[in-house]
Amino acid sequence: MNHLNFVDNQDTNPTQPPIIVEGLTKSFGSFIAVDHVSFSVRAGDVFGWLGPNGAGKTTTIRMLLGLIKPTSGSASVLGFDPVTQTKTMQAHVGYMSQQFTLYNELTARENIQFYGKVYGLERDELKKREDEIMQMAGLVGRENVLTSQLSGGWKQRLALGCAIVHRPRVVFLDEPTAGVDPISRRDFWGLIYAMAKKGVTVLVTTHYMDEAELCQRVGFISQGRLVALDSPSRLKETQMHGQVLEINCSNPEGGMRILKAVQQQGQIPLLEVALYGAQIHSVLPEAQEYKEAIRNILLQNNIQVHSLEWIDPTLEDVFISSVTTFSPSSV
Amino acid sequence: MINEIALSADALVKRFKTSDGWNTAVDHLSLQVHRGETYGLIGPDGAGKTTTVRLLLGLLSRTEGKTGILGFDSMNNPYEIREHVGYIAQQFVLPADLTVMENMHFFANMQGVTNEEQKKQIPELLAFAGLTDFTGRLAGQLSGGMKKKLALACSLVHTPQVVLLDEPTLGVDPISRREFWNLLGNLRAERGLTIFVCTPYMDEAERCTQIGLIYKGKLIANDTPNQIKHMVTGELLEFTPSRFVPAQDLVITLEGVLEVQTYGEKLHVFVDETKRRMSQIEAALAAQGITHQGMRVIDIRMEEAFISLIRRQTNTGKQSITEAVSNSLI
Repeated sequence: MNHLNFVDNQDTNPTQPPIIVEGLTKSFGSFIAVDHVSFSVRAGDVFGWLGPNGAGKTTTIRMLLGLIKPTSGSASVLGFDPVTQTKTMQAHVGYMSQQFTLYNELTARENIQFYGKVYGLERDELKKREDEIMQMAGLVGRENVLTSQLSGGWKQRLALGCAIVHRPRVVFLDEPTAGVDPISRRDFWGLIYAMAKKGVTVLVTTHYMDEAELCQRVGFISQGRLVALDSPSRLKETQMHGQVLEINCSNPEGGMRILKAVQQQGQIPLLEVALYGAQIHSVLPEAQEYKEAIRNILLQNNIQVHSLEWIDPTLEDVFISSVTTFSPSSV
Repeated sequence: MINEIALSADALVKRFKTSDGWNTAVDHLSLQVHRGETYGLIGPDGAGKTTTVRLLLGLLSRTEGKTGILGFDSMNNPYEIREHVGYIAQQFVLPADLTVMENMHFFANMQGVTNEEQKKQIPELLAFAGLTDFTGRLAGQLSGGMKKKLALACSLVHTPQVVLLDEPTLGVDPISRREFWNLLGNLRAERGLTIFVCTPYMDEAERCTQIGLIYKGKLIANDTPNQIKHMVTGELLEFTPSRFVPAQDLVITLEGVLEVQTYGEKLHVFVDETKRRMSQIEAALAAQGITHQGMRVIDIRMEEAFISLIRRQTNTGKQSITEAVSNSLI
């Protein structure tokens, strides 16, 4: 069985985080895309960089990759300055973009060869990497299939393989799982953690909050600003404004109409009211009196309440709560 | 009214001719959606979701079986279906060079909605979708989330009783996705609209009243989200082992372990009884010098249930389907 090594033998300075961002800012004219963002990522961590569309996620990554220059502030990747040491840094960094930049008219193996040559891999080393990556991507037996014929999950793993053909020590993944089915997504996260276990530092953006739960630490960015930074479990404890109340009742559609009216009249501070299948979820301050008030209002309207329970928020709940608290215009 | 069937498929089959013979895209699929329900057809890419929707709408001809919407047969009454049903196709794109208002009128005219009706309906729909302040903006200049909301408003312009939405939230961010689903919830609560949604997102399944899990053209489960989660036998344990693959290989051999799934750096272990098995698993790991963190009992979510049900369907046993991949890595 082949053993896939992601990391070359050079060790990074163990005391310095491989990604350090300090006061990083990028303006395009009067528009501030990234606004004084500071964070660092520890070696071997899987770090989730999350935010709504247009929040500044990709701009941050492009600055870290040395593709665009920051307006102010600084970044360090593996001790290199992305602005002044771009080429040296890029030799140790991998990047997979949203579009899985693969050549559809090349075979799977030819794609790896192409990227290997771009990164200047020696012939023997490239041959070895081809086999390793084929195995990693589950493409053994499909080496000569045109990339256009591969399904989403395979393309995604092949794109990751191409991004790490040169054994980078830091990997940036920009929405790597867009449009990929849930089973392939699980497999892909298995690969991400296999890389991390080998000491590779991974920064990943995603729109799937259930995936973000898989990261060791996450940063939320909204309108260019970092609004929260911690482990998913800590964020659930500290960043949730209000708690989620799950309501099971005899008529969820009717209950929903009533609670919407309650929300509009402001009798109870309901931050959100929404149907979740046969249940109603409402976000509100955690207080017994509100809970009883909701029960009474529903009862007065001839709706039987089967259960009324505070449930654990998902990371999506927390994300929406912290991002919309920051910019109340949105929800 | 409650039990009236809005949409149905009965032993539906669709075969496509390919270069190497016939490919069965939809394989004896049967389902019923009652009025006022939100039905989610959930499955990975290529499972047959879009083909099923197209067959229901009569846009494709079925090979075998029966399909109908609101009592109209998909093949024989396509015009009646078009009149009473709204539809957003996958990757549907609105005319970008029309404004929000022009788009609304364009779709209303196409559906033969009278001017009088349009005057009443369009402002209501725009308000409902939160687009009232953007009526003069070109559709091409809307954000991704707003485009989806406009598409939804356009699909409702002829006041359909049923809407079919094919992956309506593809590519939109979490906030827009939440807003879109809240709108669907409001449509159910306020208009009693029957909604049929295709999606690859397991968390969206939780927002449906009834779901069908489709895999390789077959419906492998068809029930309420809660019932489907109960179809998976056993209870679920989660922990982070110090050595991943050895832990995975070991745990799967232990008594009472039904199935192991990988979850990032964590393992998800289905056992017959957590009370009994937790300490046994801990002891077995310790004997191999494997430490672990955060072992706890967690609720089975739709995603775990789906993976488990697919695995049963494909008889891949209790090892992870990622086994081949992860074993070659470490």
